[in-house]
Amino acid sequence: MIGIEHYIGVSSILFVLGVLGIFLNRKNVIVILMAIELILLAVNINLVAFSAFLHDLTGQIFAMFVLTVAAGEAAVGLAILVIYFRRRGTIAVDDVNRMKG
Amino acid sequence: MIHTLAFYLFATLVIASGTFTILSRNPVHSVLWLIMAFFNAAGLMVLLGAEFIAMLLVIVYVGAVAVLFLFVVMMLDIDFAELRAGFIKNFPLGMLLAVVLLVELVVGVGVYRAGALQLGVADGAAASPMGLSNTEAIGALLYSRYLFLFEAAGIILLVAMIGAIVLTHRTRKDVRGQNISHQNQRRPEEATRNVKPEVGKGVQL
Repeated sequence: MIGIEHYIGVSSILFVLGVLGIFLNRKNVIVILMAIELILLAVNINLVAFSAFLHDLTGQIFAMFVLTVAAGEAAVGLAILVIYFRRRGTIAVDDVNRMKG
Repeated sequence: MIHTLAFYLFATLVIASGTFTILSRNPVHSVLWLIMAFFNAAGLMVLLGAEFIAMLLVIVYVGAVAVLFLFVVMMLDIDFAELRAGFIKNFPLGMLLAVVLLVELVVGVGVYRAGALQLGVADGAAASPMGLSNTEAIGALLYSRYLFLFEAAGIILLVAMIGAIVLTHRTRKDVRGQNISHQNQRRPEEATRNVKPEVGKGVQL
């Protein structure tokens, strides 16, 4: 029988894969954004699993809001990426220091 | 039995796709693996009985987000080999961090299984009503209890849309656009000229 631990295991592994993706592809901001999508997907699996096993729909509603934020984040992130590429001709993000932050 | 089999199929595929997403050399392949991961995660959610979220995942992620990624990856002319320069250098530290994080998460699950941690009990306020399908139940909840949050989500999407348009919009100097008011203001007198050229001579413009 598949319990909630199995789903938590899958979402944990997916979450860690996302974090690893950010670390490994530190220069390529497109892959970093994809890794963030993986992390959000792991969170969604977790929320839906708890929602199903606790018989409470709040988790699924919350997963929808996570989905909304993920879509907005991807749109704005890629827009920033496009204008950055237009000005600099590259998307290597490890030497982004124009704002001296 | 078939449920267990389906779970392990989807779980294996979603983890494998996630791995290939972060490891593949070509970002286009990464996006395609990401789409695969989303499909399999949707399968997991169908197994959990959350059909609406599963279909939403397919529509929003695969239909919109992944295609957006694909467009951007294909439109930018980037030397991706150069961007992978630090890959090997970052590998040991990244693996260490990932292993530590995974062990922490597994320890958390282990603590729960050992009985030291109690899951919260739902208060029943958002319990799925009997006899309603998943989509109907979510709709009933979303348009009553979570109405304002739903509206807030709409505003977030609106702001994201306006932000993306404002960021990427540019007025180009080298494009000659149509100026309709200027066109409408022109009169025949100032636009045309009557000349009587002599035979054999051209017209000076």
